[in-house]
Amino acid sequence: MSECCDTKKDIFMPRPATINKARMLNATELYVHLSLDDGPMDFQCGQFVEVSIAGIGEAPITISSSPTQKDGFELIVRKIGNVTGALHNMRTGDKLGIRGPFGKGCYPVEEAKGKNVVFICGGIGLVPQRSFINYVLDNRDDYGKLIVLLGTKCRPQRFLHSELSGWQKRDDMVFMESVDQGDDCWSGNVGVVTTLIPKIAGDLANSMVFVCGPPVMYKFVLLSLRKENVQPENIYLNLERKMKCGVGKCGHCQMNDKYVCIEGPVFRYSNVLKVPEAI
Amino acid sequence: MSLKKASRKNFVNFINELIQTENVIGVQAKGERFDFAPLKSAEDLRLDYDVTLLPPKRFFQPTTETLLTFGSEGQCQSEIDRGKFILIGVHPYDMIAINQLDKVFSENYCDTHYVIRRQNATIIACDVVAASKNVFASSMGTATVKDGFDILLTEIGDDYIAEAATEKGESLLKKLKGAANADAKDLKQRQQVQENNQKSLNKHILKCSLKDIPKLLDKAYKHAVWEEKAKTCFSCGSCNTVCPTCYCFNVQDCLNWDLKSGQRMRNWDGCLLDGFTLVAGGHEFRKNRADRFRHRLYRKGKYVPEKIGCETACVGCGRCVGACLPDIANPVNIYNRLVDDLGV
Repeated sequence: MSECCDTKKDIFMPRPATINKARMLNATELYVHLSLDDGPMDFQCGQFVEVSIAGIGEAPITISSSPTQKDGFELIVRKIGNVTGALHNMRTGDKLGIRGPFGKGCYPVEEAKGKNVVFICGGIGLVPQRSFINYVLDNRDDYGKLIVLLGTKCRPQRFLHSELSGWQKRDDMVFMESVDQGDDCWSGNVGVVTTLIPKIAGDLANSMVFVCGPPVMYKFVLLSLRKENVQPENIYLNLERKMKCGVGKCGHCQMNDKYVCIEGPVFRYSNVLKVPEAI
Repeated sequence: MSLKKASRKNFVNFINELIQTENVIGVQAKGERFDFAPLKSAEDLRLDYDVTLLPPKRFFQPTTETLLTFGSEGQCQSEIDRGKFILIGVHPYDMIAINQLDKVFSENYCDTHYVIRRQNATIIACDVVAASKNVFASSMGTATVKDGFDILLTEIGDDYIAEAATEKGESLLKKLKGAANADAKDLKQRQQVQENNQKSLNKHILKCSLKDIPKLLDKAYKHAVWEEKAKTCFSCGSCNTVCPTCYCFNVQDCLNWDLKSGQRMRNWDGCLLDGFTLVAGGHEFRKNRADRFRHRLYRKGKYVPEKIGCETACVGCGRCVGACLPDIANPVNIYNRLVDDLGV
């Protein structure tokens, strides 16, 4: 039996954290700003935390803010399960637990320097990508063109309205948006997110492309990117799964031999070409 | 380290003395089968058993355990089980399975709950006396074991050879009164028992060598066998439950009557169960039964061996063969089928 193991620490113990701000972004998405009670948390773009609510359980949530933002961190959470449901009932000043950050597969912030960075987001897939998008905006000179494509199911499901219109107005980035189902109050693009890809075809040559969205989206986005000749080495996919323990033991997040909580959640597409359960 | 030989009578006295002061868990009869249970008398100990109903992993990773407790204000406290115990009668294949779990739970992130239990355990392993109906440890290279235990017992006629492998085992063996040092003849007899087991624990015979299995599986991902076998699978997870090397778990909170304080519990889980990969929102990543069936065989033959650096994560205990109602779980049958169809 290994004696070098540190048994003084318990990997399942959450660190106490306080909600500094909480507000609804639309009917289902809650924004919370948190800080750990015992000091700052170092994290990288793409890493996730286990949010622990005593009596309810834990859920893995990817950090939505950029590590450049030093005071605490942000989560944006859809009310969809037990933990997220309980989180939606919490208010400013409430306490919860945080484990992590977890995941060695982060956004390649260094490797992407000097290149165009393209983010393709489906619905709430914007949330994990936002960490790196804002990181690029905070280090704007280090990167080439910044392009964000966002596809949302319908107009009422859009969120972060003021941040998105801020991106729209900036002249140092391209932000394009589409909704799957249009309505009378929507004057923008209508169609799935892949319909936006041909519009940026000219910029894809020297680009790194980052994809995050619902499971069904990946296959179609990858097909479109292949059509535009984007190489798998230049595509990164956020493949979040049911990451129960966060430490590569419980088995729930496994895609074939890969533990998403350890090797991911962000994977270089060329590394998962032979992982059939990835896409 | 000591190598002792003791008569059955001296051994029984030794165990009865241990029971007075220590928490001793040993293999006992349970109806017509056998299982590990707290030992009240050495007479109940059945080292002539064939296989236990459940593997000994539950003494290190219990079916359900408290990871932490939380008070009414949500404040958490880590709960570590620090009880010391002696586990008697672990067969070599189960010992090798424990060695594998040791790696899983101690490497990278250290799982304190498992590791403390493991460090507080003294394991007395024993060579197999009676082959079970479905054992195929000879095929998996797990019919004998070299390390992990504190003491290894081998039955030779009316005597036991006891080898101490650790300091813990050495000091325990000092309590074995009336034991003589084993001589060359005794060791030769022990070697014969072990060599015999390496050949005879083979109720199902693997047609390829162990190192061929990962390569075989590389070619077999889309083979028809997964759908064929899984057609009759109940997704009951029995194969996971009885497997000495399955360790997947779920974590759930349980509330006390005040609906505020409670415990965070860890429970066994199984990759064969429907819902194992289900996420909030309803998406299930391994929804297809055949995909779950295949995942178990790939974990045993490829994923876990590559992760922890062992030859195979199926140790050939044969429990899944007996536990599986539609009789589809036998890894040897599946690997052999792939050898027949795909070659090695």
